[in-house]
Amino acid sequence: MSKVSRRKFVTAGLVATAGISGLAAAAKLAQRYGLVPPDSGGIYGPGETLTYAAQRLLMRHSLAREFPRSLISKTPFANEMPPLNDAFKRLQAGGFADWRLSVDGMVARPMSLSLSDLKSLPVRSQITEVVCEEGWSYIAEWIGTPLLDVLNAAGVLPQARYVVYFSIDPDWWESIDMADARHPQTLLTWAMNDGDLPVGFGGPLRLRVPRQLGYKNVKFITRLTVTDSLKSFGKGLGSAAPEGGYAWYAGI
Amino acid sequence: MPMSSNFAAQPLALSNAGVGVFHFGRFLIRFKLRRPNGYAILPDVSDVAPLQNSDLPRHAAFVRVTHWITAICFFALLISGAEIVISHPRFYWGETGNVRTRPLFKIPIPSSRSMVPTGYGYVLPDQNGWSRYLHFQAAWAAVLTGLVYAIWGLWTGHFRSNLFPAPSDRTWQSFQAVIARHIRLKRPDQAEALSYNVVQRATYLTVIFVLFPLVVWTGLALSPGFNSVFPAAVNVLGGRQSARTLHFFVSAFLLLFLIVHIAMVILAGFRNRMRSMITGVAAVPQEHP
Repeated sequence: MSKVSRRKFVTAGLVATAGISGLAAAAKLAQRYGLVPPDSGGIYGPGETLTYAAQRLLMRHSLAREFPRSLISKTPFANEMPPLNDAFKRLQAGGFADWRLSVDGMVARPMSLSLSDLKSLPVRSQITEVVCEEGWSYIAEWIGTPLLDVLNAAGVLPQARYVVYFSIDPDWWESIDMADARHPQTLLTWAMNDGDLPVGFGGPLRLRVPRQLGYKNVKFITRLTVTDSLKSFGKGLGSAAPEGGYAWYAGI
Repeated sequence: MPMSSNFAAQPLALSNAGVGVFHFGRFLIRFKLRRPNGYAILPDVSDVAPLQNSDLPRHAAFVRVTHWITAICFFALLISGAEIVISHPRFYWGETGNVRTRPLFKIPIPSSRSMVPTGYGYVLPDQNGWSRYLHFQAAWAAVLTGLVYAIWGLWTGHFRSNLFPAPSDRTWQSFQAVIARHIRLKRPDQAEALSYNVVQRATYLTVIFVLFPLVVWTGLALSPGFNSVFPAAVNVLGGRQSARTLHFFVSAFLLLFLIVHIAMVILAGFRNRMRSMITGVAAVPQEHP
């Protein structure tokens, strides 16, 4: 053992130094290019960072799969939900005529949009799959206004990095990076298949992010905030999901 | 993955020569009898004395390190994967499937979601958060370790010399011979203590080059992000739910392999097998005086 130890020791030392500097450089680059998710602290940080960084490098502009009309699910599944609160019920009683979507934060023109304001912006539809982290899925046609058009109307400032979006349920909020926020399939959805978006599926307004799992597709959206940092939102982990133990990034 | 289950290597009691001889690769190896009817008396694993006559190199360091990292990752993937299945123990074929769709099959266990009709009157606590975090972290570690192992294995000739069967062994007769020996619970020959028989080689190659790539592929095909870049990865499997069902079955085959692997390690001599995969040195079976 003692005979080999010197050369081995030096080699191992060099390899370890190279490895640690390599990792440090990689971490620095990842920070610089926005490849580190907000929930990267803690023991699962390395895996989360690898997943988010790899997917961001691979799929900044790729499109979620779209399906032929014949594949639209005849039995879509409206998932279990927390009970609707009084604010929601009041708006529901008025046929959602008073539903507002406020847009604030790092925008040139903060605004408050009604559903008919939204519908006057460009309308897009997509036949995409809702994919739950539990394993089930369904395909529907989703009709709405691309988030990008709303962001353009509000004038996003250049330092913006994330869009935080809030449900009328105060415990339900998420955020996405600008790659997802500006993605053509990210849709403020107000109709599904042949009619208005049913309440069970998030009506009157749900954000569809089809390159991520269902739980990023928050129902009953009332507010968007554009920001350069997620630190001041909740516990600073990016969204409600990591506070409940789930990953912020849900592209996997 | 590199795993050492040499189920052929049982303690031998074959001849009454005082000195044993066998071939290891192109080396003719002689060893002295140290204990009748069994293994050489093993030094403690903590014993760092020079190799005994009957202790021979068995597993290279890179095989041992990647084996144990993979073992830890596989355990984490198995636990977290089973935990995720509990949230929806129903499987489908095709692109879509949910509780309103007829399943291909159900696993008769309770669920951690109240919306899943299981027939049980209670709902298990939700553990998917940490299960998903752990599953993907372990998957990254396993895939990176697997890549290191594969590159190193090709570079060093590990696959060629230790896993691909020798040309003379690539016959049904060799397979049948090994299987027949196992069925008759016959003692293996001495060479098998330091090498794998053709059935072991075929099994390890299948796990390394078929099941592991398949489980990674079917797993990636469940990622909506990955699928947006490589839609063919999920489409050729017949859709998302088919990919999920295949991921489950490939995992089940890997679990079956793990169970047989551990059983064979125990049957072939747990202590010596563990020792050779930890220290790299195997005790060679001795012949009877």
